[in-house]
Amino acid sequence: MKDVKVLGSGCKRCYATETMVRDAAAKLGIDIKVEKVTDYAEIARFGIASTPGIVIDGKVVHAGGLPKEDALEKWLQA
Amino acid sequence: MTFETLAAREGGPKRADFWRWIAGLGVVLVLWGVVYSQLIPVSEWLVSLLPVDRSSHRGQALAFFFYDTPKVILLLTLIVFAMGIVRSYFSAERTRAALVGKREGLANVMAAGLGVLTPFCSCSAVPLFIGFVSAGIPLGVTFSFLIAAPMVNEVALGLLFGLVGWKVALTYLGFGLGVAIVAGWVIGRLRLEGWLQDWVKDIQTVGGMTIPEEQLTFIDRIKLGIEAVKDIVGRVWIWIIAGIAVGGLIHGYVPAELMVRIMGADAWWSVPAAVAMGIPMYTNAAGVIPIVEALLEKGAALGTTLAFMMSVIALSFPEMIILRKVLTLRLIAVFIGVVGTGILAVGFLFNMLFG
Repeated sequence: MKDVKVLGSGCKRCYATETMVRDAAAKLGIDIKVEKVTDYAEIARFGIASTPGIVIDGKVVHAGGLPKEDALEKWLQA
Repeated sequence: MTFETLAAREGGPKRADFWRWIAGLGVVLVLWGVVYSQLIPVSEWLVSLLPVDRSSHRGQALAFFFYDTPKVILLLTLIVFAMGIVRSYFSAERTRAALVGKREGLANVMAAGLGVLTPFCSCSAVPLFIGFVSAGIPLGVTFSFLIAAPMVNEVALGLLFGLVGWKVALTYLGFGLGVAIVAGWVIGRLRLEGWLQDWVKDIQTVGGMTIPEEQLTFIDRIKLGIEAVKDIVGRVWIWIIAGIAVGGLIHGYVPAELMVRIMGADAWWSVPAAVAMGIPMYTNAAGVIPIVEALLEKGAALGTTLAFMMSVIALSFPEMIILRKVLTLRLIAVFIGVVGTGILAVGFLFNMLFG
């Protein structure tokens, strides 16, 4: 089970990113647990400067804007 | 870099894709040019269909509206697309890495310049602010970025260029950056780090962490340009129409003598009045520039008009409400004071030079 965190304070793109993560995981048949991190202080602790951000198993893989679909699949499979 | 090398980078079966995208882009650009060149005849034709006298106030206001609306939207689409591609080469994290450890002064200049080029949306303002400050970037440098990013943007510059002319657009670019640099520098000199909200001061992050580069192909960048168009044009078109409607009313109904008296270069008080009026007004560049165009045409002074525009865009309540989460009220007051003073100076200077 992969632990995925979507960092973002609730902008439209943050929701879109969360949906993309779930869709990609479902498509690949990967079991994930998605957590939305909306608290600014907690987001800041991951060291990113733009949202939405994606953290997979504790590692920041993306920050700012929507992720690329194929990149997202690669991160989930890694 | 030539298209050949770009195409080669896509590699294998994607190569044909690349040329398809380039060809498609070419066709769209040509179509854009054709449509743009037909705006005047089409707008005149539309007005002639309506039961109004072309030379009446109402006829003039309508002609302005029918011509300006598609013109502004076409220009905006092109600019936002181009800027979307340029911005795909920048990111907030890379900008931060470039600013860490630079000495103040130089860093303020860089921050303002990067503020124009780095992808930024106001929903990201707080993470960006914290991300910068906690990585050790001085408060003043962070402010230079945060002032320039919304104020000097492609929407403002492109529309000014298209509607008012390149001289005013360049002037706005220069003085917008100037205000961001100087205001940020002044805030830095005031040493107000203690005026941040307490929880912000406590945040420790791994300074200047970077994320592994995401490899983007040129097609990806074109797609990002299209995304930007969908996102920005999709969001601001309503403001544009509202702005053009107000511009059309000014154009058709406000007598030039009245405008000169209220917003002309001789009315010194009009600059502070314009700045004060701009603060509670919330629109973005897209909405305010058609109004600016109409004001200028009716004889409003350039400095007064620029001050109004900068105030509307750079000093807005919604942004302050967002920043309130990280700044204390005292710090927000200083921010408004310093930036407002800068804008006032620009307004007076312009009216003196070009009045």
